Amino acid sequence: MSRKRVLGVRDLSVRYQTRAGEVHAVSDVSFDVLENEVFGIAGESGCGKSTLIRALMRLHSDNAIVTAQEISYEGQDLQSLSESAFRQQVLWSRMSLVPQSAMNSLNPVYRVGEQVVEAIQAHTRKSKAEAQERVAELFDVVGLQPDLMHNFPHEFSGGMRQRAMIAMSLALDPGLIIMDEPTTGLDVLVQERILRRIREIREQISSSIILITHDIAVIAEMSDRIAVMYGGQIMEQAPALELFESPCHPYTLGLKNAFPSIRNLGQELISIPGSPPTLIGAPVGCPFEERCPFRLERCASELPQVEALAEFHEVRCFRHPEATHLREQASEKATWRSLN
Amino acid sequence: MALLELKQVSRHFDIKAGLLGRWMHNQPDRKIKAVESVSFSLEENEVLGIAGESGCGKSTTCMMISGLLAPTSGEILYQGKNLSGFGPQEQRWYRHQVQMIFQDPYESLNPRFRVLDTVAEGPRALQLWPESEISGRVEEILRGVGLPPGKYAERYPHELSGGERQRVGIASALVMEPRMVVADEPLSMLDVSIRAGILDLLKELARQRNFSCVYVSHDLSILGHIADRLMIMYLGQAMEIGPTMEVIRNPKHPYTRALINAVPVPDPRVRRPIPNISGDLSRPIDPPPGCRFAPRCPYSNESCGQTFLSLDRTSGSLHQASCHRLDELADPPLA
Repeated sequence: MSRKRVLGVRDLSVRYQTRAGEVHAVSDVSFDVLENEVFGIAGESGCGKSTLIRALMRLHSDNAIVTAQEISYEGQDLQSLSESAFRQQVLWSRMSLVPQSAMNSLNPVYRVGEQVVEAIQAHTRKSKAEAQERVAELFDVVGLQPDLMHNFPHEFSGGMRQRAMIAMSLALDPGLIIMDEPTTGLDVLVQERILRRIREIREQISSSIILITHDIAVIAEMSDRIAVMYGGQIMEQAPALELFESPCHPYTLGLKNAFPSIRNLGQELISIPGSPPTLIGAPVGCPFEERCPFRLERCASELPQVEALAEFHEVRCFRHPEATHLREQASEKATWRSLN
Repeated sequence: MALLELKQVSRHFDIKAGLLGRWMHNQPDRKIKAVESVSFSLEENEVLGIAGESGCGKSTTCMMISGLLAPTSGEILYQGKNLSGFGPQEQRWYRHQVQMIFQDPYESLNPRFRVLDTVAEGPRALQLWPESEISGRVEEILRGVGLPPGKYAERYPHELSGGERQRVGIASALVMEPRMVVADEPLSMLDVSIRAGILDLLKELARQRNFSCVYVSHDLSILGHIADRLMIMYLGQAMEIGPTMEVIRNPKHPYTRALINAVPVPDPRVRRPIPNISGDLSRPIDPPPGCRFAPRCPYSNESCGQTFLSLDRTSGSLHQASCHRLDELADPPLA
């Protein structure tokens, strides 16, 4: 497959300087986002998924140190761009962000439409009338009545505000839209409608989407390819179908068994014992080692390298050659209980 | 006899228009009808799940069951006794019998209390047992929820992970030896990988310690794994009730069908049907009579807007839905 690469990330690391020590929130993360695809990043709280995108969008806090071998957009190196050049050339026009809890990201004292108009005018030479016309168009795309643009945020429901934020992210036709937990905290029926709308938008425009969520079900339904993060690293990434049919990393196996499905009520749920690592200090071994039922002695002292198993299927685990066997064992509750 | 019985229970809240509203805008006082004529029963050793979207009245129902809110009308009977008739003595007894597990383990623990103090607080407040016995019981329940007292008893909440905090919440509810536990979204703040552990723990403890549970959640996938029976609510009305498997696999009410079809499935091969409803969730402020789902329901007719068929506890049928058009909708199955 030789689809065009929209975003290329190689060995991205983010460290935070804190009083407790240096927190390695993201370590050596590499991935590509291809043209017109939804790339899902799944992970639990503290796995580094939000830090990762904040670093990509240069929204990280002052105490963060970002290093990478490569961050490129359509082949252009983004790291060499100055702060202001990045804002002018990349932000909104090439890469846009629908932030987490986007419902609360609108300014309560401005009309919703005005806020989108403002974003458009800040980046283009459009007149106010042209910008308003564009907003009406965008509202239509996300399924909001165009005349709602004259309303205030408090007159919108949570789902409507979320759609307004998605409209804003589409304003300048970016090639890549990053959505951080776009439906978390919304009711099921509202979530369903927004997810469906995102799928439709993707068919209409040719943007790629990075979808970040802790909800395995949402990511399974929406993504073409999925990366699973844990302890600041991508543990496994693969095309969605392959990840569900033949997962290889013990953490992926564990997540799959822990997540309830409404279509499979008889299924026994198995939780992963323990809790996520604190990430203070440079990673020595595999971050999942403490909770992994398949750990070897070397897992504590040696960091497994990323191995390619097939096209687009990469895993970071010493025991990946035994994946078939591990998959069988991981579906037994006793396997996960034998820890500690 | 059922452990708990609700008979046509309603709870309304007043919204006062205020001086300005009345004088300048001529606004009338309005009412939020948070729960309207809800009836159900909870049997001994049963887990009843209550599901619904925001504003459906599930938390208000919880608070009424726990005795924290009095119903506006209707009766709540615990072991046949009406809650509203309880004197101080009986209220104390009821607070011992019924315990709550809260949603947010980060907010519901006192940061200055050690685990030990948090768990012992209830029995101490009600002076259930002598102090020496309380500490023994606290240690026992901590072991029961998977927090060995040697390691955890002296810790403060900030030294615990989210899952451990929720275990403390469960321990402080169960140390009271309740007959009934009311759990309001106890997993929603926890990570996926540890949810299953807490769910198992609750199930296991319910069996060992013989308590019944009202488990409230918006997450049907989780309810599907813990509840024996499931009740679906919409804007204060109970739409459907029945054995969990039945309700999820063979939903009768158009709302239940839409809700179940909207739940994402963790499998990229599955294609869900599109939920067949229109419009947005409103709020139960002075709602019209009749079925509150009717304005969004693709099958509603005139009678739906006029009268609401509330669920009938006495009908003897386990799986019921409050819909005028059930017979017509029964088959073929609708999307």
